[in-house]
Amino acid sequence: MMLGILGGRVYDPTNGIDGEIRDIWVKDGRVVSSDAVGREEAQVVDATGLVVMPGGVDIHSHIAGPKVNAGRKFRPEDHRGTERARTEAFRSGSGRTVPTTHLTGYLYAEMGYTTVMEAATAPLAARHTHEELADVPIIDKGAFITVGNNHFLMECIKEGRRERARDYVAWLLGASKGYAVKIVNPGGVENWKWGSNVGELDDEVIGFGVTPRQILETVAWIGDELGLPHAPHIHGINLGRSSSARTTMETMATLDGQRVHFCHLQFLSYGPGKRGVHASGAVAVAEAVNAHPGVTVDVGQLVFGSATTMTSDGPLQHNLHRTTGAKWVNDDVEGETGGGIVPVLYKRTNPINAVMWATGMELFLLVDDPWKVFLTTDHPNAGCFTAYPQVIRLLMDRAYRSEVFAGIHARARAGSVLPELDREYSLYEIAVISRAGPARALGLKKKGHLGEGADADIAIYREADDKAEMFAHPRFVFKRGELVVRDGAVVADPPGRTFYVAPPYDPGVEKEIRGHFERAYTISFENYSMVGQDPDHGEVIACTRA
Amino acid sequence: MSTTVEHVACTFCGCVCDDIAVEFEGTRVVRLRSACGVGRGVIDEHDPEVRPPLVGGREVRWEEAVEAAAAILDQADSPLIYGLSSSAVEAQRKAVELADRLGAIIDTTSSVCHGPTGLAMQAVGEATCTLGEVRDRADLIVFWGCNPSASHPRHFNRFSLTPKGALTPNGRSDRTVFAIDVRPTGSTKQADHFLQVDVGADFEVLTTLRSLVKGNDVGAVASVGGIPVDRLRDLVDRMKDCRYGVVFMGMGLTMSRGRHLNVSELFSLVSELNEYARFSVIPMRGHGNVAGADQVLTWASGYPFAVSYARGYPQFGPGEFTAVDVLARGEADAALIVASDPVAHFPRAAAEHLERIPTIVLDPTPSLTAAIAQVVFPTAYYGLDAAGTAYRMDNVPIPLRRVFPSERPTDEEILDRMIEAVT
Amino acid sequence: MNGRSALGESLTLITGRTREQGIGMHKGKASTEYRRATERAEMNADDMARLLIQDGGRVRLRSAAGEVELPAHAGSLPPGLVFVPMGASVNVLVEAETQGTGMPSFKGSSVTVEPA
Repeated sequence: MMLGILGGRVYDPTNGIDGEIRDIWVKDGRVVSSDAVGREEAQVVDATGLVVMPGGVDIHSHIAGPKVNAGRKFRPEDHRGTERARTEAFRSGSGRTVPTTHLTGYLYAEMGYTTVMEAATAPLAARHTHEELADVPIIDKGAFITVGNNHFLMECIKEGRRERARDYVAWLLGASKGYAVKIVNPGGVENWKWGSNVGELDDEVIGFGVTPRQILETVAWIGDELGLPHAPHIHGINLGRSSSARTTMETMATLDGQRVHFCHLQFLSYGPGKRGVHASGAVAVAEAVNAHPGVTVDVGQLVFGSATTMTSDGPLQHNLHRTTGAKWVNDDVEGETGGGIVPVLYKRTNPINAVMWATGMELFLLVDDPWKVFLTTDHPNAGCFTAYPQVIRLLMDRAYRSEVFAGIHARARAGSVLPELDREYSLYEIAVISRAGPARALGLKKKGHLGEGADADIAIYREADDKAEMFAHPRFVFKRGELVVRDGAVVADPPGRTFYVAPPYDPGVEKEIRGHFERAYTISFENYSMVGQDPDHGEVIACTRA
Repeated sequence: MSTTVEHVACTFCGCVCDDIAVEFEGTRVVRLRSACGVGRGVIDEHDPEVRPPLVGGREVRWEEAVEAAAAILDQADSPLIYGLSSSAVEAQRKAVELADRLGAIIDTTSSVCHGPTGLAMQAVGEATCTLGEVRDRADLIVFWGCNPSASHPRHFNRFSLTPKGALTPNGRSDRTVFAIDVRPTGSTKQADHFLQVDVGADFEVLTTLRSLVKGNDVGAVASVGGIPVDRLRDLVDRMKDCRYGVVFMGMGLTMSRGRHLNVSELFSLVSELNEYARFSVIPMRGHGNVAGADQVLTWASGYPFAVSYARGYPQFGPGEFTAVDVLARGEADAALIVASDPVAHFPRAAAEHLERIPTIVLDPTPSLTAAIAQVVFPTAYYGLDAAGTAYRMDNVPIPLRRVFPSERPTDEEILDRMIEAVT
Repeated sequence: MNGRSALGESLTLITGRTREQGIGMHKGKASTEYRRATERAEMNADDMARLLIQDGGRVRLRSAAGEVELPAHAGSLPPGLVFVPMGASVNVLVEAETQGTGMPSFKGSSVTVEPA
């Protein structure tokens, strides 16, 4: 199957292409050089006057697994009024902030996104996450497995046996078909099972005698040792609290020199404020991001409107339930993690929400290098992924940004440096933060760019003054060279692939893990591991250390 | 020459015990390790012999049966798909796809089991945990309106009463156990404290407990729902003071007066207790994979049961699209029953309607519903001669093995063929 | 609403699982084991005495939905309750009314009980 996309304005930052008029040639699902294609047989798309980018890459989103599905189940009110009818070829669906699986795939593709990472799954539930992901069409995906409150890992740390911890994590990734390791509130989720939490990097994890700092340092070391394609992905301690900016910077300092990714950083960048309203700590946090070479971040930009908070951060979610009075789901998962879900409504007129919104915007505009700061809304925590075009507009159009800024609560305006920040993102930079940068940080060499050998995931947009409109309704979207979206509507729904890693480990660790299973779990060791059972359309991505 | 298969998951009840070992010769079970009496019953009686499908009581080829079923579903204006809870996730997904394609109503056995629990979760949320947390941490257990000794025989030994765990090294003596029920049972006998509640009075007791937790005075009332207030105060004190408390709840709340309102009250109580002590509630899901049916229907439609696709998109309607109501009101004109036996378990007025309309059944055994059905597909039994995944009562996914060699088609295969055959 | 016969009394019906019913299911719902497990009522001994029902004697249970005859045995039930294991027999007595929830009154409905 051959395809030529001709005469478009191409933005391919990985290959340094900034709006040049270029032809893109595709054969058998990959971008190829023009002489590899027989022009007579190729389908041709006239992209004159159109903007051509690699398909979007979402480095952090909650789209499948037990937490996400519990979010769907407990919010029928989120689904009404958002239903999509089935057609001859496509499934029906529903859901505003937690769309159903088929609809999730369609909605992402309809925005020109072609790769999405499920941000957190307990390894014990990985089988569920993969089954659910198999029902998400079109997009390629991967799942991050949570390890930051894992009992075996913490025991290894306590005993000073980090090589053992490394082998365990390698085994765990293969057993759960995970793509990357995720840490959520290290130690805090375990402490929540005692009704407590952590607040400082050197607080003790009850029953284990280790600290969040030790967990973070060990996992960062493991990421390097194993050569994982994506750095350890960190949701740090104190999310939502006024100490978060400080402890985020302390965390960056303690991990200095390591490759790490900080997720939804907006939620972890607050400083002390007045009368119950935190202040934005984005200035200092952005400076720290700029100063640390190995760090990448995604923002988790707040979007006013309905959202569903869902994280593995059990104590955070309980606290949100207490302070808002909204209904609450909690789930403590044996030996591994926990989590919670609380619906929220973000309002411009709520001073706290307004500060959160401003904090995210400040981070985007104060981090100098777009290769370090990626576009997310921590879907569905800070906002729904369908709001990405709106966020793009805020970044590219300072007049629009000022207009929105003028409408937020005065207390947030008073403390914000946003009025001084007149930076506008260019299309090239948008392509970095929504495609090239996340792909590179994920170690997905065939994603996020349009050079030879890349997967032919291509999004073609009509340029418009209203950038939200532009990015919400692509003219064409190709997935591995197949047309999947035309004029903002799905026309084909081939299944996507699930990426995972399988780093090698000392087989001797299995005996110890089995022993641990007897004590810590209530299912058999043999029934836990997914080794030998590939996820739907699975593809292994190599680690860089043998 | 016998074969032994280990780490087999028994799919009968929501415990989905996956430590079973089956030794068999040919298809005859020679020895079974770890299964309870009910699981033993399932596995011993299991007969993987292929029986041909039936159309109108006549043995036919599989293709003919599929065509007959597809014709019934195509001609129906208002087909009902029901059951799913004793089937693997792979089959459940196909059933949902078929419902979407047909514009059918699709409901699972949740509607006559923990449907009210789902409604309560939608209303107030649910603070829960996995069963390992119970074994390892819980020092206070409350069984409310459930009887594990009858319904989940290994529950006590594996999770909730006697096992030794990380923080419960002395097993039973590290736990204080309450049972609340309308009558003494095999389970209440195991409790340290049995509170006998008047029939239909759980709501009043629960709301009193919530009030006591908040430190309110209940006035001059001496007892609520047949339980002396002093005993309720004692329960509250222990709940606020424990390390980790867990309530297991069952049909005593979902099936009696108040239904989901009882469960909402309990779920609110558990959530509120988290202000004082860590507390979780676990619904005692009955069938082996009813939790899976909830999950699959939710991820595809947004709703766990009572779904109608008649408008081309999913709508949720307990009371409207729940199987008992649809059948009792005569609103279904065809039915596809998968892995369930509503003729045995539904009120007669609803079960009768299945005899009046063309009914298709997928089931490993000759159920009472199969006996009245127009088309019967004897399919493989999930976890014995069909592989797949089942979700335990606490939503932990467990892989099922194909233990016995068998030629029987799986539910998934038959449903897949029906999807292709319907227009 | 069910009338009250000269000897019959209104009691509260609870249906539910028993181990025998669970095991009997797997022998097949037409099997003797299943039928024995599900075609039986348990009552409070004092209630039985007052209603002149022998232990093991047959009783007629009637509700607005229908009626059924079953052998009755004394069980550890508080007065006023009758327990019948879930199954096709007792479902003759359970009304299909779900009060908009989908769930019939499997526990807590009224039945008239009299010796058969």
